[in-house]
Amino acid sequence: VSDSSETRALAAILDDRREARTRPPLSAIWHALAGLPDPEVPVISIVELGILRGVEWDRDDPSTLVVVVTPTYAGCPATEMIGNAIREALAAIGAPRVRLETRLSPAWTTDWIAPEGRRKLRDFGIAPPDGVRTTAATIDVSGVSPLRRARVSVVCPRCGSAATQLVSQFGSTACKAQYRCLDCLEPFDYFKPH
Amino acid sequence: MTRDRDEQLFEYLLRLGDSPLILAQRLGEWIGHGPVLEEDIAQTNVGLDLLGEARLWLALAGEVEARFAPPGRDEDRLAFLRDSGEFRNLLLVEQPNGHYADTTARQFLFDAWHVLLLEALERSREPRIAEIAAKVVKEARYHVERSGDWVIRLGDGTELSHARMQAAVDALWMYTGEMFSPDDCELGLIDAGVAADVRALAPPWRARIDAVFAEATLAVPDEAFMQRGGKQGAHTEHLSRLLAEMQVLQRSYPGLSW
Repeated sequence: VSDSSETRALAAILDDRREARTRPPLSAIWHALAGLPDPEVPVISIVELGILRGVEWDRDDPSTLVVVVTPTYAGCPATEMIGNAIREALAAIGAPRVRLETRLSPAWTTDWIAPEGRRKLRDFGIAPPDGVRTTAATIDVSGVSPLRRARVSVVCPRCGSAATQLVSQFGSTACKAQYRCLDCLEPFDYFKPH
Repeated sequence: MTRDRDEQLFEYLLRLGDSPLILAQRLGEWIGHGPVLEEDIAQTNVGLDLLGEARLWLALAGEVEARFAPPGRDEDRLAFLRDSGEFRNLLLVEQPNGHYADTTARQFLFDAWHVLLLEALERSREPRIAEIAAKVVKEARYHVERSGDWVIRLGDGTELSHARMQAAVDALWMYTGEMFSPDDCELGLIDAGVAADVRALAPPWRARIDAVFAEATLAVPDEAFMQRGGKQGAHTEHLSRLLAEMQVLQRSYPGLSW
């Protein structure tokens, strides 16, 4: 062990082990990330939204945490904000070295929104996606195009009525459409099945 | 992959990325000018989706370019520092917004093709292409539902909206031919199972156009001379003007960031 390069290698391994002992457990990391709200729909967390695909320590560099995120929509402007929020949250619990990886496949779908997340969306006044995704139409356009048959029914998150009408296929963010309730007459957002 | 194949792939990825990029820029021109608030929001949301798609293709193009011409250009350099002759988008998407029927016709003709293209690319032997296609095809399907609805509403609307919708379709029809005509770059990659064979997309595209136009009481234009050249960099004058606006900040202040 007199060879200095071997000594240095050994020291590096010991350093790594020391760091590995002081790094936070994965459960604490998931807990911290579960507290991060989605920037555009702050009532649910990024974990409930289903965009966090994995968290693990890098095999080659055990002091670096690899966080795998998948985008909802390709052009979602919140993606960058979410990355920054993840870094800040992890630095705060003692994991300052984070590598964010974007995974496109399998593509995110609203089916990945947790049941608890759906309930929170409804309580917040956003109708959750109906869970029925088809390759063709995902939305009932009979409100704006009366000749088209109704294909899905969206329930008003305020009064529970199923008598609702599409106002526009797009709403305040890429993931939502605008509806109005024909009973309580209130407008509301619908989280599009995607 | 060989150097030649990488150069071909780079060229092909520019074609995939430039069309959504330029159309996104056009749709962005509607910000604050939409006929009603909902449409203002919708046009720009579609534009945002297309911009996100363009970024994925151009970032991948930059990675491929780095393999034969290191270090390669990133998505921003490719978007902001190329001249019109280096853009590979379809002529259709650079056409001006005009009135709402012009924008609607351009969008529907493109969307109907875009969905078919992405569905074919989901089966690409190049996994990076297949995964991007699988990601954005879901957005494209939503777009074509919406633009098709608008073609029907305007076509089967008032006498004036019908006349404008028909005129818009007639004027843009000559830009649809190049969507289905592959050149040497594409043919090589089609044989390799990497690129989509756009020749096969013509019949299903036409079937969708026919169905929507029938409901919209619009006549499908007669076969006519088709303009080509967008994919080879021979653009209409409109692209230079569009780029002047899109690129002005990076041209004036190279390297500027937010």
